[in-house]
Order: sequence, then structure tokens, then C-alpha cells
Amino acid sequence: MSTRRDFLKQGGAVAGTLALGGALHTAGASAVPGVSSQAPAMDAVIRELLMESLNAAKSGGASYADARIGRYLQNFVVTREQQITNVVDTDSIGIGVRALVNGAWGFAASRDLTKAGVAAAAREAVAIARANGIAKDRSVQLAPAPSVGDVTWRSAYEVDPWTIPIEEKADLLLRANAEGMKAANVKFVFAGFFFRKMERNYANTDGSVIAQTVIQSAVQQQFTAVSPDFSDFQNRGNTLPPVARGWEWVRQQDLVNNSRRWGEEASEKLKAKPVEVGRYNLVLHPSHLWLTIHESIAHPTELDRAMGYEANYAGTSFVAPPEQFLGKFRYGPDFMNVQGDRSQPGALGTIGYDDEGVAPDEFLIIRNGVVNDYQTTREQAPWLDAWYKSQGRPTRSHGCSYADNWSSVQFQRMPNVSLLPGDNDRTWDDMIAATDSGIAIVGDGSFSIDQQRYNAQFGGQLFYEVKGGKITGMLKDVAYQMRTPDFWNAMDMIGGRRGYEVWGSFFDGKGQPGQVNAVSHGSVPARFRNINVINTGRKA
Amino acid sequence: MRRSNITEVLSAPNRLLESAAAQSGAILSREEAQALIQRVVAMSKADGIDVQIGGGYSSNVRFADNQMSTAGAITDFNVAVQSWFGNKHAVVQTNEISDAALRAAVDKSERLAKLAPDDPEAMPMLGQQAHRQVDAWFPSVASMTAEDRARIALTALEPARGAPDLRAAGFLINNAGATALGNSKGLFAYHRATNANFTLTVRTTDGTGSGWAGAEHNDAAKVDFAGVSRRAIEKARLSRNPVAVEPGRYTVIFEPQAVGDICQLIGFYANARATDEGRSPFVKQGGGSKIGEKIMDERISIYADPFDPNILAQPFDGDGLPLGRQVFIENGTLKTLYYSRFWAQKKGVQPTGAPTSFLMSGGTASVDEMIRSTERGILVTRLWYLREVDPRTILYTGLTRDGTFLVENGKVTKAVKNFRFNDSPLFMLNNLEMMGRPVRLAGTEAGGAVVVPPLKVRDFNFTSLSDAV
Repeated sequence: MSTRRDFLKQGGAVAGTLALGGALHTAGASAVPGVSSQAPAMDAVIRELLMESLNAAKSGGASYADARIGRYLQNFVVTREQQITNVVDTDSIGIGVRALVNGAWGFAASRDLTKAGVAAAAREAVAIARANGIAKDRSVQLAPAPSVGDVTWRSAYEVDPWTIPIEEKADLLLRANAEGMKAANVKFVFAGFFFRKMERNYANTDGSVIAQTVIQSAVQQQFTAVSPDFSDFQNRGNTLPPVARGWEWVRQQDLVNNSRRWGEEASEKLKAKPVEVGRYNLVLHPSHLWLTIHESIAHPTELDRAMGYEANYAGTSFVAPPEQFLGKFRYGPDFMNVQGDRSQPGALGTIGYDDEGVAPDEFLIIRNGVVNDYQTTREQAPWLDAWYKSQGRPTRSHGCSYADNWSSVQFQRMPNVSLLPGDNDRTWDDMIAATDSGIAIVGDGSFSIDQQRYNAQFGGQLFYEVKGGKITGMLKDVAYQMRTPDFWNAMDMIGGRRGYEVWGSFFDGKGQPGQVNAVSHGSVPARFRNINVINTGRKA
Repeated sequence: MRRSNITEVLSAPNRLLESAAAQSGAILSREEAQALIQRVVAMSKADGIDVQIGGGYSSNVRFADNQMSTAGAITDFNVAVQSWFGNKHAVVQTNEISDAALRAAVDKSERLAKLAPDDPEAMPMLGQQAHRQVDAWFPSVASMTAEDRARIALTALEPARGAPDLRAAGFLINNAGATALGNSKGLFAYHRATNANFTLTVRTTDGTGSGWAGAEHNDAAKVDFAGVSRRAIEKARLSRNPVAVEPGRYTVIFEPQAVGDICQLIGFYANARATDEGRSPFVKQGGGSKIGEKIMDERISIYADPFDPNILAQPFDGDGLPLGRQVFIENGTLKTLYYSRFWAQKKGVQPTGAPTSFLMSGGTASVDEMIRSTERGILVTRLWYLREVDPRTILYTGLTRDGTFLVENGKVTKAVKNFRFNDSPLFMLNNLEMMGRPVRLAGTEAGGAVVVPPLKVRDFNFTSLSDAV
């Protein structure tokens, strides 16, 4: 099994060509055992390579540079019904160097972790930055960020999934699959574990030296029920949120017993009543609402999008230009508060320090229903200087810089963006009981939103008819269409802390070349009045 | 958000290898690749071993808001090994190629394979296959410098900066890489390719107009960078001040990019096993598949062909099966679906191989002719954020983007607000009116090599309006 000790051994094989191998083997004493809460210190060879690359960038003329040496491990165990279809382990290590020369960026990444290799990557980053000088117009300015010194951090896992034998992982999935298939008409189950481990080492020319370890875990399941006459099939998926936790979290999910329930839900969908189109009150569960928050609040309040930096791919934002929205635009009711943070334990956006050495803070993106801030990096924070001054707040990055791999350049990615609980005790059940008529939606399904984040359409996993404060049956073929500000201003009831849950995805795309970010969004259940619902069922 | 269902996990190993190939660094020659694979095979103590390698150099420049943004170059190399003990197997991938690291990867895959349960669907290893080569390597891409890339950015930045009303955001990416696979039974396949892709979005400073254009080819000399800039600028200005038109069913002229965005999706559902299991849009009422039935307009043929000069795709799939021209829909009739090696054996047919390209037949009509023949309709540049709504019918939702226009009495009369649609490519290709000449796209939302024509169809279902520009 892969542990830090293996990393150091493999690193030794590489660095051996540098005659630095000796240092590695003694550093191997800092190995992380299966259960630990210690953040491992940065390996001495890694540190030396980071410094070598920064020195090469500086001597090449960079006014600022940062370097990241990362090792990215992935483990998949994939099954269907009673068979293992794949067992995959991947391992990638390399360096990415970013250099600012005469106000223009350059980036280079290489898997060659020798002194010569990292220096060459730094020189290529400098050369690219210099070449871009011919096309430069405005110079990049970075918000000041004090050196955080020499620090370490690790995410909230207890048991490293790489210490769990493959048989144990496979056995759990196959037992869960068997249980799900006990439900009537459930003929197929696809299920897999997906684990990620990231050993992220960072240094910049401001003097920060940071070693961080992150573990993330996901269970992906899909239960498929097929009607006996082959006239219909229905899926139940997205059963559990991915998290920044370890195997201990998997053990807590009661996967086998819950799979029976999820299978039965797939089966029940075959008998569900098609929805009639019209306007409905919607009661949305956190397992569903997280995705609506993601698409209609988190993306449009990315400052790079608002400023046009994603125009050619992910799109721009209706929350622009910022000066017309900050402190002015009503996104939703007074009780709506949306927080950006990278601090909720177990959430996928949580980190000690971002990919330009900034310790992230907690900030309100929507405050009492009004736009209050955007997600920022060091390059972006100065664009909001006037707003921060008017509020008596410092101009600083919120720590949203992220690269999905050593080979990717860091840019602004979303922190955890969460709908904060209301000042009450309401739970999901309380909100159903308080609703005379409507549709309750559990789980995320189909999702689509335009490039400025106005017009969206969302499906779900399970749709329930609500009448007289009670769930009266299951519906199918439900999707709602919305215009973002209208939708959030139609929110008339929000849950309290007891109903707060964090959901998310491993797969959020942005940037060119495309990068994939893992995201988490906390949410309480909430109710929305009079939302347009369509029926999506057709005949092929 | 990207699509994130179970198929992501199921296809993850292949995707990883593809992304490895796209990033890459050390670009091995055929002989070097063969030697490396033989080196790894010689390390194996298992019953059998598969080896896949991918490496290359990827360089890019990005700009937005008329400014240079990020620019980079990535060198990487990946080796994936799959060890077999009877019907047990496991894959380990690494980007280290020292003997020690490769040996560690082989050992680990053997350890994992021994622990894995038997795979009842395991297929015997392929021996050597007859692979035809595709010549997809062009020095125009492989030798492009950082300054060359910055100058290409200037083909868009200079006209945009020189105009009072325009903001340009664009991206150039060049890839040069090689992939190879082999095994302990003598299989070996190798493919080397370059690719240049340039896309550009020009927006107007009043915030009401946005135009997109893109181009791609394996040979940068065949990419008209200045032409992309001209088209995006023209579209941006034409699309200003859009008016709202009632959603509903319209005759729609889809430019090739929009056709590719929605029609390519058919490929993801054309799976024989899913169909035989009753969970696909190609299930016949009462069970069985619709193979042999007419399922769309008879002018439509859909096929894969890595040798098409517009495509130059990898001529073998991840199993090492040679890929040739494979017709899935011929003159509107479903001819075959994708058969994996396992499912083909079970059903007593030949495996099709997993396609690396998507092509559609064409006609002779130009987009101008389609406009001239239209009394009232919508002209669509591209589609965006397409997501499955109902897998039973390939019903998708998504939006128009970056240039949507009203056509009245044979002329483009005004820019219109973007629409959301809820429709299926299967329905759309049954409502065909006219077809144009197929062209290669600059990538679709789903990615991959796509060659499709512009189409005019009737009764396409726009369900709501978007204020997005």
C-alpha cells in the first residue's frame, strides 16, 4: 500500500540521479501511518528542489515566482452487480512553476524532478512570460500576502484509504450491490469507490514554504430498475456526497442497508405518477439544493468570471460589473446569507493555505440577501480595492487560488460556498409539515445553466407530491426552470442548523486548459414559492 | 459542473490515459515506445501484462478582457500496467520511468491483481493486430514557440484593442504526443499526433453582444487564425441588442458547431449491452434492439473513421483493436451499436472497437441557402451546457450561445435572446430539412474529433428564454 514512506522511496529513485538520495531515506521516518492526525513535514529533497526552481526563476528575471511539487494518487474500485470491473491505482508526481516577468505570467510543468529538471521548468516559465511581453497591455499586480513561514497542514481524515486492502473495499461494494438488487425490478447496479490523496508542497519568492496532505473519498452508485415489459427504466444515483475524509467515513455510511433503500427508491420510480406541468411550491433538500447554490450563486460570484476572464469557456456572470452589484443587488430575502470559506472540516474546498500561499478567510458573499463580496486570488483582490476601502476592509485575497494538479496552473476556484442556516430550529420534516401543497425534491439530477448564470433547469433524484403538510406519493419526469434572482427571491422559508448538510461533487470544470475541481456546498432545506415545473417524459 | 455520474468512474482509467496523452512530454518514437513496453513486459511475473504509455508536450496561451492571461507548457509521460492472474486483473499507472519506478508499478499491479476477485467478463489478451497507421504529426505544431503563440493571440487582440467596442477572450492550445500499447502476447500499437486548437469569444463593451468562432487541425498551417478572429468579431457585432422571441417550436438552422454539440451525444448511448439490458434509447418495445430499423431521416449516416483526412484520429482503441470505418447509422437505419469484446463474444458478433471519431454525412446546401429558404426560423451558432434530462430518449437540455439570430423571409433580420431547449438529437434528425458540407469542429462540449455538417431542421423545441449574453 502506498504511504508517505513509499513516496519517499520512489522520490529517492528519482532524486538518486542528483546524488541526494541519502537525505530521503532518513526523512522516511516521518511516514504517516494509517491512522494519524499529524501533518507530515516537508521532505528535505522536495524543499531543495522547490528552492532550486525559485532561484532559477529569480535569476532569470522573475519579479515573483511560486513552485509546487505535488504527488497525486488515485484509487478506484469499480463494480457492477456481483463483479469487479476494474481496480486502478494511479500515481503522478512533478513540478509546476509560475513566474511573473515584467507584469506577464508564464507557467511550465515537468515530471523531471532533478535539480536540472526543476531549474529548466523555471527557466521555461520565465521564457514564456517574457515572450508574452510582446502581446501584453496591462501589468499583473498582486495583492500583498505576508509570508506564512514554514508550515504544514492536513485534511480531516482518520484512516488513509490506501491502508485498506482491496478485498475489503470490493467486499463492501458487492454486499451493497446485492442488497440493492433485492428490490423489485432492480436489474443493474453500478458502484465504485474513488479515493484521492494529494501531497502538495509549495514555496514562493515571498518566503512561504507549505506542506499539505489532503485525502478525499467518494462512493458512486447507480441502481437501475427496468420494467418487466421493457417500456421504462429508472435510475437512482448520487446517493452520498463526496467528502474530504478517509475510510472511517465510508464505514459510517451503513452502505449495505442504505443500498436496499436506494434500490427500492429506483423501483418505486417506475410506478411514480408523471408530473403535471405548472407552478409549484418546491421544498428542496440539501442533497439537491447544493447544486443549485453551486450553479446559481457560487459560479456567478467568481471574480474572474465577472471580469470576463472565462468568457471563452465557462462564461461570464450576470453579477457584473462588480461596482453595480456590491452592496446594491438584492439576490434574495433578508434571511439569505451565503458564506465562502475553506475551513469546514470534511468539505472538499477546505485547505490550510491556497496555491499562492494565502491562508483563506471566511467571508460573506451574500449578506442579508445583498451581494457583499466575490471569490478572489491575489491578482484579483486589487480589482475590488474601492469597495473594500469603502467598507473599511483590507484588500486581501480570500485564498481561492487552486490548481488541480502539479501540471496545471493555479487560478481562481471556488471555496466552500454555503447557504447558512436560519435563526430557527426547522428541519426538512418541519418544512414538509408547513407546506400545504407542492413538490419536495431529494438528490441532484440533471442540471444546466447559461453562461451568465441566469436561466437554469434542474432535475433531481426523487420527487414527492406534498399535500396538506404530508408526502402523498412519488412523482417522475420533474424538472424546474428558473431565472436566478427571481428564484432566490422566491425563497420564503429556510431551515435551521439541525437541517444543515454538506454535499458536493468531484467534478467541477473551469479554465483553459480545462481543470477539474472538487467542490462542497453546505445548505439547509429551503422552500421556494411558485416555481415553473416542466414534464421531461417523451416517447422515443 | 461537469457530468458526474457513474460512467465517469467506469470510464476513468481510459480517461486518465487520454489526459496523460494530452499532457505528455517525452514523445517517444515507435522504436522507443516498443522498447519501453518490452522492458516493462520483461519485468512481469504475472500470467500476462498489458502496458499503455502516453507522453508529450502541451503548450498554450490564454487571453481575456483584451489582456494576456495565463500561458504555459507541460511535459509529462505516463505508463499504465495491467497485470493478470487467471481472470484477476488490476491497473497501476505512474509517471516515473526509471527501472525502479516501473518495477514498483508492475509489482503493485501484481499485488492488487492477486487480491482482486475473479472478473467473469475477462477476455483473453489480444495478440498482434494488423494496424494501419495514421500520419497525424505536423512540425507546424511541434515546433511552435512561445513567441509564435503570443503572435497568434495578437491576431485577435490587435483588432479588439483597436476597436472601441470589443473585448476578446481566447485560447490557443497545441499538443504533440505519442501513445502506444502492448502486452505479453505480442500486441503492439503506436500513434503519434499533433493538434492545434484556437477558440475565440469576442464580446461588445455594451454587454449586449457576444460572438464565438474556433478552428482545429492536426496541422497548424490548416488553421485560419485570422479567419477565426474575423468571424468572432462579426458575430459579436451582429448579435448586439437581442430581442426576445417567444419560446416554442421553430425551424432551426444549426451551424456545424451546434450540430456537433448535440448530435455527438448519440454516440454515448449507442451501446449494445445497455440496449440488450433494456436501459437505452435503442430498446425495441417489448425488448431487443432497434438494429435494422429506420430511426431517423434517410439522408443521415453516422460513422467513425480515424483515417478521414479531416480527423486523423488514433486508429486503435484502448484494447488495441484496429479501428477502421465503422458505420453506426446508414441512410437513417441503425446498422450496429458499440459491442465490447465481451459483449460481442456473448452475442456471437464481431466487436466494433471503441470509436475515436464521430462523423456525419452531408449535403450540398450552404448556410446561406438554408437562410434564403426559410420563411421564419432561428439561426444558432453553438450550444452550451448540454445535460441529460431523460436517458430513455436522449432528451437533453441546454442553451444557445454566442450568436443566435431570427431569420425572416429568407434573411437574418435581428439578433435574438438565447433560448433554452429540451429536445433529443433523435427527434431532431427525424425532422431534417437541409444538410450542408461537413467540417471539422474545434472540439465540442463533450470533446473528441467531430466532423459534421450544418443542418436545417423543423420543430426544434425551445422551452424558455435566457437573459444571458
